[in-house]
Amino acid sequence: MGKTLFEKIWESHIVVEKPNNPSLIYIDRHLVHEVTSPQAFEGLRMNNRKVRRPDLTIATMDHNVSTTDRSLPILDQTSSVQIKTLEKNCKYFGIKLFDIDSPNQGIVHVIGPQLGITLPGSTIVCGDSHTSTHGAFGALALGIGTSDVEHVLASQTMWLEKPKSFEIRVEGKRKNPHAVTAKDIVLSIIKNIGTGGGTGTVIEYRGEGITDLSMEQRMTICNMSIEAGARAGLIAPDEKTFDYLRDREYTPKNYESLVDSWKGNLKTDSDAKFEKEFTLHIDDIAPQVSWGTNPGMTCNVTDSIPSPDEFSNGDLNQKRGAEKALEYMALEPGTLIENIKIDRVFIGSCTNARLEDLIEASKVIKGQKISSHVQAMVVPGSQMVKKQAEEMGLDKIFIDANFEWREAGCSMCLGMNPDILSPGERCASTSNRNFEGRQGTGGRTHLVSPVMAAAAAIHGHFVDVRELDLD
Amino acid sequence: MDSFKKITSIVTPLDKVNVDTDQIVPKQFLKLVQKSGFGKFLFFNWRYDEQENKKSDFVLNNPKYENSQILVAGDNFGCGSSREHAVWALLDYGFVVIIAPSFADIFFSNCFKNGVLPIILDQKIVEKLLQETGMIEVDLKNQIIKTSSSKMSFEIDSYQKKILLEGLDDIAITFEYENKILDFEKQSKIPSVL
Repeated sequence: MGKTLFEKIWESHIVVEKPNNPSLIYIDRHLVHEVTSPQAFEGLRMNNRKVRRPDLTIATMDHNVSTTDRSLPILDQTSSVQIKTLEKNCKYFGIKLFDIDSPNQGIVHVIGPQLGITLPGSTIVCGDSHTSTHGAFGALALGIGTSDVEHVLASQTMWLEKPKSFEIRVEGKRKNPHAVTAKDIVLSIIKNIGTGGGTGTVIEYRGEGITDLSMEQRMTICNMSIEAGARAGLIAPDEKTFDYLRDREYTPKNYESLVDSWKGNLKTDSDAKFEKEFTLHIDDIAPQVSWGTNPGMTCNVTDSIPSPDEFSNGDLNQKRGAEKALEYMALEPGTLIENIKIDRVFIGSCTNARLEDLIEASKVIKGQKISSHVQAMVVPGSQMVKKQAEEMGLDKIFIDANFEWREAGCSMCLGMNPDILSPGERCASTSNRNFEGRQGTGGRTHLVSPVMAAAAAIHGHFVDVRELDLD
Repeated sequence: MDSFKKITSIVTPLDKVNVDTDQIVPKQFLKLVQKSGFGKFLFFNWRYDEQENKKSDFVLNNPKYENSQILVAGDNFGCGSSREHAVWALLDYGFVVIIAPSFADIFFSNCFKNGVLPIILDQKIVEKLLQETGMIEVDLKNQIIKTSSSKMSFEIDSYQKKILLEGLDDIAITFEYENKILDFEKQSKIPSVL
């Protein structure tokens, strides 16, 4: 029987395999950031261990960093300590760090691909659940906890139970690909399979709806695999993948011979079997807006807020979850999504802060002003994205519309830095999690695509972007 | 890591599904650079109001559960962020056993690295345990849970069981395979980053 892409990558990275036990898997790339690494480095030091392969390890700071003037000191002392701790640890253990002043600084999942560090067929880990982003390149990319960060630093391997293979087919063609985006596809998937639908699996996204997407859009899809509970998300590499990684700053010197070895091999065999399957048809899907406190609580922009009964399909626990969510979100069943007024707009995060996201959002905004009761910001995913956007004049379009134009970082995706919602504020956000308090204690998050967020900023409430002229 | 002993305790019922790690330990408390002291931040936004007064309707604030070492919760416990701080907070607070019908993968794996035992049980059994008011006993060695009125077994991966029972350092275990790692590196085609 044939093998899935995941099984091929898995098998080519087994160091030790024993029946009914986890396997020891080799890790080709380890990405490190300031929040989940200090205790791991401390563990190494306490046990007199070193970093086995500093040459396969890259670090940057993204979660805590300020997105305003970088020449000013960080006011939050604990953030400052965490950032300095990463600097000290990288120096001590000999790890390459893209620090706050580096032109390559940015959200770790944005810079990996942008610098050619992410490679097809490789295994990548990072102490961050959105590591799944790199799967867009046909890499097996896993988010891990701090103990595993320490384990990989020490041994360049980790013990892992083999996940199951999950095929998600995305079939059909979107009628308006500028209005219905990769974000809407992945939110539709999570809405259907649920936040635990991918638990214990590695998802491979396949079908015309996926191969049609650009690399940056594919990253948006794989990024949110974790929101369906999956260990990782994968897309088989093709010419778009190989072109994207060519001639980047850290693209390997023998890249073309690597491409030759990947072609034809890094794909699922036609007779391979998946252990789980789901198909989404996208011909008629609408822009998506989340209404609750997990990414599965999502509906079409043209819908109204569902009643907990309607949402839960008879499951009492889900019903109570939906009631709690509506209470937290201060929403009533039956309210039209388009009638929900918003206070804040955040365009950013490892899900949707790449150049294409900013280009698409800028088309909605060009020549207009944001609604007078809305505060809006754009936080590019990396300093390189910021520079490229500025070269195209996108910063001017956003600033003219009264958006704030910021420095790169995780920013308001998770509120570990000064960018947070105040209690009760309602935000249209291009990030990945609408959990209670995620963007600030008491803050209310609606997950949307960059074009939906931009249109909400202009109108002050959600609008169906299919009705705008976006071409 | 300490070796895992038999636990006898009342259960703390947290009757919620999809409890995410942002709720277990909110983001503002992730800035510490050590593993200790996270217990006071556990479920912070559910335990305290905006003035940091205890909310009387949250289960952890009920004095009855003060010394409980076993948390019982709904489906998909620990979903979301990979932050191991969630496990450090649960452990520091006093929980060493978490029982739920299902767990998120990364959280599940993080538990074993810190001497916390996550147990998956059938939805119906979990619902009964949520109502259990007496002492229960969790015996990892024999994979048995005893309540005042019943006895049930649970599944656990044999490797993870050994790690917990013996309090093993899995990095030290891995170092025993140094030759295999070296062999792998010799044939690997993925080049260095730098």
